[in-house]
Amino acid sequence: MSSNKKYWTSVEELKEDSSIVEALQQKEFVEEIPVDEFLGNKNSLENSKTSRRDFLKYVGFSTAAATLASCEGPVVTSIPYVVQPERIVPGKSNYYATTMADGFDFSSVLVKTREGRPIKIEVNTMGNTGANARVQASVLSLYDSKRLKRPKANGQNISWEEFDRAVRGRLDNVDGEIALITPTYASPSTSRLINEFSQKYGNVRHVVYDTVSEDSALNAFQARYGRRALPSYDFSKAETIVSVGADFLGDWQGGGYDSQYALGRIPKEEGRMSRHVQFESNMSLSGSNADKRIPVTPSQQKAVLAALYGYIVGGGSTSELPSKLDDAVVKAAAQLRRSGNGGVVITGIPDDDAQALALAINERLASEVVDVENPRLLRQGNAAQVMQLVEDMNAGQIGAVLIAGVNPVYSLPNADQFVEGLKKVDLRVAFSSKEDETAKLCEFIGATPHYLESWRDVQFTGRQFTLMQPTIRPLFDTRQIQDVLLRWSDNNQTYYEYLRQMWSGMLGGEEAWSKALHDGAFQVENGVDNAITGETSAEGGAGINNDVAAARNLSQSSENNGMELELYTSVAMGDGQQANNPWLQEMPDPLTRASWDNYLKISRADAEEMELENYHVANGGLNGSYVNIRLGDTLVKNVPVIIQPGQAKGAVSLALGYGKTEAIQEEMQVGVNAYPLYKNFKSFQNITLEKAEGIHEFACIQLHNTLMGRGDIVKETTLEIFNTKDSHFWNPVPEVSLNHQETPVTAPEVDMWESFDRSIGHHFNMSIDLNACTGCGACVIACHAENNVPVVGKEEVRKSRDMHWLRIDRYYASEDEGFGSDIETKENMSGLGSSLSTFAELEQPADNPQVIFQPVMCQHCNHAPCETVCPVAATVHGRQGQNQMVYNRCVGTRYCANNCPYKVRRFNWFLYNKNEEFDYHMNNDLGRMVLNPDVTVRSRGVMEKCSMCIQRTQKTILDAKRDGRPVEDGEFQTACSLACDKGAIVFGDVNDDSTLIYEKSTDDRMYHMLEYLGTKPNVMYQTKVRNTADA
Amino acid sequence: MKKVKYRHSTSRILLLGVAFFLSFTVIGIAQDQADASAQQDAAEQGQEQAPSEGGESEDSGAATGLGDAASGKSLFNSLCAACHKPYSESIGPALNGVTSRHDMDWLYRWINNSGNLIASGDEEAVAIFEEYNETVMPPFPQLTETQINDILAYVEQPKPEPAAGQQAGGEAGASGGGQGVSMDIILGILAFVLLMLLAVLFLVNKTLRNFAEASGVVLPEKPKRKPIHKAFVENEFLLVVVAVFVLLTVAYFGYGYLMQVGVDQGYKPIQPIHFSHRIHAGDNEIECRYCHSSARTSKTSGIPSLNVCMNCHKSISEVAPETATEEFSKQFYDKEIAKLYAATGWEPGSRTYSGEAKPVKWIRLHNLPDFAYFNHSQHVSVQGTQCQTCHGPVQEMEVMYQNAPLTMGWCVNCHRETEVRMEGNQYYDKIHEELARKYGVEEVTAAQMGGIECGKCHY
Repeated sequence: MSSNKKYWTSVEELKEDSSIVEALQQKEFVEEIPVDEFLGNKNSLENSKTSRRDFLKYVGFSTAAATLASCEGPVVTSIPYVVQPERIVPGKSNYYATTMADGFDFSSVLVKTREGRPIKIEVNTMGNTGANARVQASVLSLYDSKRLKRPKANGQNISWEEFDRAVRGRLDNVDGEIALITPTYASPSTSRLINEFSQKYGNVRHVVYDTVSEDSALNAFQARYGRRALPSYDFSKAETIVSVGADFLGDWQGGGYDSQYALGRIPKEEGRMSRHVQFESNMSLSGSNADKRIPVTPSQQKAVLAALYGYIVGGGSTSELPSKLDDAVVKAAAQLRRSGNGGVVITGIPDDDAQALALAINERLASEVVDVENPRLLRQGNAAQVMQLVEDMNAGQIGAVLIAGVNPVYSLPNADQFVEGLKKVDLRVAFSSKEDETAKLCEFIGATPHYLESWRDVQFTGRQFTLMQPTIRPLFDTRQIQDVLLRWSDNNQTYYEYLRQMWSGMLGGEEAWSKALHDGAFQVENGVDNAITGETSAEGGAGINNDVAAARNLSQSSENNGMELELYTSVAMGDGQQANNPWLQEMPDPLTRASWDNYLKISRADAEEMELENYHVANGGLNGSYVNIRLGDTLVKNVPVIIQPGQAKGAVSLALGYGKTEAIQEEMQVGVNAYPLYKNFKSFQNITLEKAEGIHEFACIQLHNTLMGRGDIVKETTLEIFNTKDSHFWNPVPEVSLNHQETPVTAPEVDMWESFDRSIGHHFNMSIDLNACTGCGACVIACHAENNVPVVGKEEVRKSRDMHWLRIDRYYASEDEGFGSDIETKENMSGLGSSLSTFAELEQPADNPQVIFQPVMCQHCNHAPCETVCPVAATVHGRQGQNQMVYNRCVGTRYCANNCPYKVRRFNWFLYNKNEEFDYHMNNDLGRMVLNPDVTVRSRGVMEKCSMCIQRTQKTILDAKRDGRPVEDGEFQTACSLACDKGAIVFGDVNDDSTLIYEKSTDDRMYHMLEYLGTKPNVMYQTKVRNTADA
Repeated sequence: MKKVKYRHSTSRILLLGVAFFLSFTVIGIAQDQADASAQQDAAEQGQEQAPSEGGESEDSGAATGLGDAASGKSLFNSLCAACHKPYSESIGPALNGVTSRHDMDWLYRWINNSGNLIASGDEEAVAIFEEYNETVMPPFPQLTETQINDILAYVEQPKPEPAAGQQAGGEAGASGGGQGVSMDIILGILAFVLLMLLAVLFLVNKTLRNFAEASGVVLPEKPKRKPIHKAFVENEFLLVVVAVFVLLTVAYFGYGYLMQVGVDQGYKPIQPIHFSHRIHAGDNEIECRYCHSSARTSKTSGIPSLNVCMNCHKSISEVAPETATEEFSKQFYDKEIAKLYAATGWEPGSRTYSGEAKPVKWIRLHNLPDFAYFNHSQHVSVQGTQCQTCHGPVQEMEVMYQNAPLTMGWCVNCHRETEVRMEGNQYYDKIHEELARKYGVEEVTAAQMGGIECGKCHY
């Protein structure tokens, strides 16, 4: 890089003639090695009883003893069951369908258990809800060493009997209201139970508190349709999606929409795919997948939506937007109109009016993407009620507060007031799985189980239900809140009996219940749900007049001059419930590629204005400045800054869910807590920024920001070209010169190597569709869980020693022209001078770049460069196409990693298990329960990499052999292909021409990464196609 | 690299040496062997005598007028032994002495159909029915009175003394020891004769010298030769050759030693419960996979859980006297069964579980390292490999030991030599057809199917 910037790591460096700086510059080790201290003292040396000969004796003896001791094999004991459960066969896995539901993430999942331990989460295809990275990682949270092991009272361990007696005694004589604060359970049986509890005590106030609120959307929906719910969407039906600040591929309105979205993104045979336009300030997953992304500040988003309403529903043919933005809105409106009922407008603006307008537009479009008849029930929080409760607590009206499954002391914007109020409440009981910030302030703590140890039902929408069932006997002396409430309501049933009785009756018999439990999900036709919950539909009917008023309000409120903040939930951390999960902490953010942190994302222009900088240091780590964020009286100090290409100028964004300090391991106490800025549960805030002292060190794993014209890595084209031109034009096979003739690199005659015959037996291939991949990272976590990939910590990630077998590379390209123009620029370079400066330019991503996500794992090259350089033949090729890595043979020369063009090999620099230095899940007995017993836990000094889940393919083959049948299509799966609910990753046997993978391998869009190298990878990619058709 | 079988070279050389020496002494010992085998025969006869003594008492049983105990024994074993034992309680009461407890007529009726007897309200019958947890004894209407007599004759035999056979064996052993002593004496005499010969030779030599001196014969003086060690040191060639030889030998043995580190072939730990595979798999011919059931479907063969043991041992609380060997007595085995009861919390008296189970910590024999994957079902179910192929003659093992070295070379050798069983398995149909078409081969080994690829076992 040709930069004259002065880099500094400390303020000290800015001073001239600083002796410290001088010393630091001259010497690598500033302190002298204190040899003299123990060798210089002649007296002590002479008086020492240990002579040199003694020393040698000790060395000799200990060496010999160690050698002899190592020759003796250890005695291993095996303890079989006394009575073996019928369904458990040691060495075989069992699967159970259950539901993850923690108030933020809701997902129907399959749990893989081995010898009774859950070890992996998989998508339940019958539930059809998808599973994001946090859901995949939730199995590790079961084995969290910070979990509460038994109930407590005033910091002392007590039994549940004592707990019941003490709390009930106080509840019966409570002075004032009993407040029950819960997250969204979306559980009909729990609602009924709480009703019964309320009836018993009479003065119970149930407040649903969503940590990350969808209050505006709920209010708008309630006003229009009379029910506190959210509309359901089916994006696979969408032709045109216009999103105004809604990160619907992330956690917007409960998330889980990405798999349907991806279905519509793959060009169909008639050459159609959906068109996605995104107006947003924060560069989100949705924005990076959009065909067209327009960066606008939060306040402008309101104006955009109001204008869109005007253009579509009527009332306005002009807007006060800047002309360029107005143009984009006009085009979006035109496309929406053209798509008719295939169009949909969604918004994430935390404003009742904005949400109402989106509903109104969709109603006008008669969009079939939206379903208001069968609404979503995954968010039920009521911001007003929460605020009222805090007030009433401070006013002393509340006699007892039961806080279950939420942590308001950490996550409430006005946590101070809450703490004040809490002190005035006579009886404070927390039901929590951790001794967190809130539980610490409570007199009684009821230890609650993890969802993998619990029963529950979950209502996703009006008609779709799922069940939660335990997959392991509770690890600790825990009791779920439902069981506690049943006891306190003088009901002798357990919650399981209660649930079973209710649903057996509802579904019409025990058999139906068993089937529902087996499947994990079921549908109930209309009307039944109301019978369960006793909920009645109120009249909605906010009409057109209200909408016009809303549009007016919205465009008026859109004026803003200062810096605006958007609070978002990151892909890894969500609302922060699983902050003590090292898999999630180490998972790099899809866009910034930073792990173990949260940071303020800012646009380049704003950063330059404030003299904030990001730069790389010699070891490759990224450093950045700090800022202080001020919002009214609230000051959040020392927030590190990352310059995010595509961030709207005038807007910054910060992730929620970080900065926890209680019940969380020290290593995981990273980032700043952004909840104090989440005033009134609004994700848009006006703030002021000031630069702070110091430099922050990030653990960012991808250095280069753009692809720099290397089209052999990522190929992309537009829908127009895709539909009209031959595939040789947009997906050319690289050619090499053979006898002065250009020959495709895939031709056998240009091959230096003799190929093995792979036509017999299985030959595994993997296809990754760049169109369907949204970059969500579920595959990364699934790979961790399946393959015992270690967590290395922030320091090591910063040194590029991350161990991810599967990474999702993110590339930026110049706006509009896309990757093609970058290639052109590269081709047109002449001379060294020009290429240096042009490359430097290319490396700077544009202000609104296009983004591509590309999952990269070992490509399993048939002509693998790594195999030829290994001096000990520790990496060899199998006839099924897998490049095999033999850990016990590896001596750690790392030649293979050097020779790998795809940079997918990972070296174990340290022993990552049973090592105090790496105090993550592999360093405690509880955390190690998550390890997959079929995969070796690697030791220090060996290379490791993606094995294409050979343990899974081997198992599939063995199962088929044992049953005496051929393997069917879809049976071969890797952890990543199984985790990808979007169908972006497809795996299978390419020798069987009836398989999907065979179809993919003959697709026009198929290409291999860096094909010109002739490595003949077994992983293929499908060219990305963008629907750039602008109105 | 050429493979050399260094493993256990030390023991092999020792064995050769021993064989060498033995070849000189074999003639001397041959006589003793004949003696020993004769004694063995005697011992066996002694053991056989024990049952035949029982036979005599059967005659005495016949004398009581009950029936033929020999045919009664076979009837008892096929019909009654599942629930009854002659001398101790099982699911039903001990039968010895039953004829004195009940009259014969009652016994016939009971055995033919106990249900009717209970239903008829017979006091004796109802009392027994209630005493044994209201377990109904199945009716045996097919038994004639003579047959019932035979059975009763068998169960009414007095309890045999188990020590008789062992005593005979012990005596035989002692007399064998006596023969060993005489052998030592012969050897001693031989050694003494040799010594005497040497002494005589020395004395003759001395006398001859004295005679020569006396008669004035001058003996030619030997020229003084260089001492052999000096000559050796001066001969550089020899020195180098010897040094090379010594170094090679050290390397050979050193390598051999190091290669057997971690190879636990023959590992035979003492288990917390003395479980005899000889009795279960050998004498009783219980199929291996009855207990090790997960070998059929799982990667582990599974140490049987104790409830599997209790399937049979609920009614087998002691071993038959014939099961006892010289080394392990019946009391010993019965004590081991008692350990199983303690572990499962089974109370043989009340025939109930106390609920206090103490899991057994077995010592694991076959320890593959964690980086090697092995799947039993692949070998047992798919290929149909016999358990004995790897585990050796388990049916003869009183104490289980590791039969195979479990080294990678051992695995790979088998994969190279073993043909994959393909017929009748539809999974292989397509592959087999293609192979046959392309290469004209009908049989392929595991190695040819990719069975020696590193990644198939190391991941």
